[in-house]
Amino acid sequence: MAFALKAAAAATTAGSASFSTAGPRRGAAAAAGRVSFRGAAPVVAVRAAAAAAAAAVAEDRHSISGTFAELREKGKTALVPFITAGDPDLATTAKALKILDACGSDVIELGVPYSDPLADGPVIQASATRALAKGTTFEDVISMVKEVIPELSCPVALFTYYNPILKRGIPNFMTIVKEAGLRGLVVPDVPLEETDILRSEAAKNNLELVLLTTPTTPNERMEKIAKASEGFIYLVSVSNSESVKISVLVSTVGVTGTRTNVSGKVQSLLQDIKKVTEKPVAVGFGVSTPEHVKQIAGWGADGVIIGSAMVRLLGESASPEEGLKKLEELAKSLKAALP
Amino acid sequence: MARPDAMGRFGKFGGKYVPETLMHALTELENAFHALATDDEFQKELDGILKDYVGRESPLYFAERLTEHYKRADGTGPLIYLKREDLNHTGAHKINNAVAQALLAKRLGKKRIIAETGAGQHGVATATVCARFGLQCIIYMGAQDMERQALNVFRMRLLGAEVRAVHSGTATLKDATSEAIRDWVTNVETTHYILGSVAGPHPYPMMVREFHKVIGQETRRQAMDKWGGKPDVLVACVGGGSNAMGLFHEFVDDQDVRLIGVEAAGHGVDTDKHAATLTKGQVGVLHGSMSYLLQDDDGQVIEPHSISAGLDYPGVGPEHSFLKDLGRAEYDSVTDQEALDAFKRVSRLEGIIPALETSHALAYLEKLCPTLPNGVRVVVNCSGRGDKDVHTASKYLDV
Repeated sequence: MAFALKAAAAATTAGSASFSTAGPRRGAAAAAGRVSFRGAAPVVAVRAAAAAAAAAVAEDRHSISGTFAELREKGKTALVPFITAGDPDLATTAKALKILDACGSDVIELGVPYSDPLADGPVIQASATRALAKGTTFEDVISMVKEVIPELSCPVALFTYYNPILKRGIPNFMTIVKEAGLRGLVVPDVPLEETDILRSEAAKNNLELVLLTTPTTPNERMEKIAKASEGFIYLVSVSNSESVKISVLVSTVGVTGTRTNVSGKVQSLLQDIKKVTEKPVAVGFGVSTPEHVKQIAGWGADGVIIGSAMVRLLGESASPEEGLKKLEELAKSLKAALP
Repeated sequence: MARPDAMGRFGKFGGKYVPETLMHALTELENAFHALATDDEFQKELDGILKDYVGRESPLYFAERLTEHYKRADGTGPLIYLKREDLNHTGAHKINNAVAQALLAKRLGKKRIIAETGAGQHGVATATVCARFGLQCIIYMGAQDMERQALNVFRMRLLGAEVRAVHSGTATLKDATSEAIRDWVTNVETTHYILGSVAGPHPYPMMVREFHKVIGQETRRQAMDKWGGKPDVLVACVGGGSNAMGLFHEFVDDQDVRLIGVEAAGHGVDTDKHAATLTKGQVGVLHGSMSYLLQDDDGQVIEPHSISAGLDYPGVGPEHSFLKDLGRAEYDSVTDQEALDAFKRVSRLEGIIPALETSHALAYLEKLCPTLPNGVRVVVNCSGRGDKDVHTASKYLDV
């Protein structure tokens, strides 16, 4: 029975994935915008190949989309924590990944520290700066990941800015990431228009490329993002600072950070997205407490992403042990608050 | 061919590599820019302000003693002209762009303005136009730059702007730019970001170039008036590259005009203390566009160094990368010391104290002039005046 349910769920996801990537509207739009660079035919071919790959990935229950499909069947909301690799050190990151997995995380987002993290608020920026100051390199992160992933039950997605990908060459980067056992990618400074090559190279390596949509994204554009996103759709929860109370932990809005309440607009954004796609939607940026995650799950989100709150505990505690202990407490409390 | 294309690309360079939150604002900005480019009323208002407030046009000045200085023993040598952007209101070319973007923000209905600044010239220009148009103004500036450009910090505050110190990274222009972009991501619905160079995501490299192209247009007209021809060589300093693009753009299709951009070599391009992005960088993505970039083997952005805060930037405008790869423009670099020598030389020979940024372009004359035939006409963009730099220079120069 359980198997049958999973298969059905996988088929649904696969169906929507192939629709999204080979949809005539996206293909036509891309071709019209770039006639001088490439004809429509290769674009469609790439999309078709990506769609086939996406379908295969979705059938794999250890993939990100497979995980979400399984949770949906059970009526559950995914807990998606984010931590920065190398803060306070990679040994602690390895322990944190295992703890988060043991506490029932459904997907883990692992951030590669970057010198100029434009989409991140002060907490994650400071965390990345500390990790880099410790000499954390991409190679170190990958070595650590390779060792830890076989011990985890949940899929891990890599969160990285574009330049470190470019530096290695996109195909080479994807191979490294796949061989490390990672299942997905979030690249916050590459918007939809620039994702074609990332998506096709990711697809070749069974990696799902998660795209972000925000409160400032017009509906029509959101629809295109929803169609192209793989794994899940990452809904950035806030855009308007006036709607957010300032707290001690605060940061800014639209960049990652923890805050005291989550914009009420999220509910209507979720509804808008759900109207155009069956793909899972996870809400992030500014989510930090059990109350937040409960509220967001109640609005129909398929997942909640908790970043700055976790990063802060790990990076700013008196000792790595204390940070890990607090991390475990937070993860457990969030998990308990979720259906 | 139109530069950039519809995707905001100059060849492979440029584009929009920004968080999704900004994409709509960039589209909105691009639409507004295109609408206003053909809006006679807007153009008339802008032209009026450029004339009566900024003080355009700026003179094309024959630097007689500098020309004399570069004459060879046989009396031959090039003729040196300076495009006097330093005579603009606020003392640099930066105001051309700031005033136009402030008008644009007004049209977009945005009353909160943010900007990044390195040397403080763009910050001062932005604070100035915000005062002029009654807009709220917040300037992000690296803490280190605030120290070396203390006079400009005071000027900005005097003009009513809030100057926010940025302590991350090396606390210079790169970090100030990152912080300004973060602010924009956060407050995009109420805020316009007056980016100060031909860098950043599309449409900025195009838009800022368009607002500075008046420099080259005037130069063409003035050259025709003065000697009935075109300049033979154009020289400008390049940090992000706005004054250079402003001068070059008009002449890119004139294959007989040499275009030379001069970067900051700091302590030398073979040391790890320089800002010579086009000379030593590799293609990457920073602050929203693909261009040459100073980065390490891991793809992390390297902190640059230059004595000149305005050139102390690890990236460069994407159109410069395009012109370099195309071979249409040449790029070279001069060291801190060479720039300081030029700072003093031009002060003594012409009674013009140039900005340390500009001093890089002027320093390049030492390398260039001995190679030029007699009578070749060289126009150096005198992009800014050096009053702001006397404090820094006094630490190094024995006068």
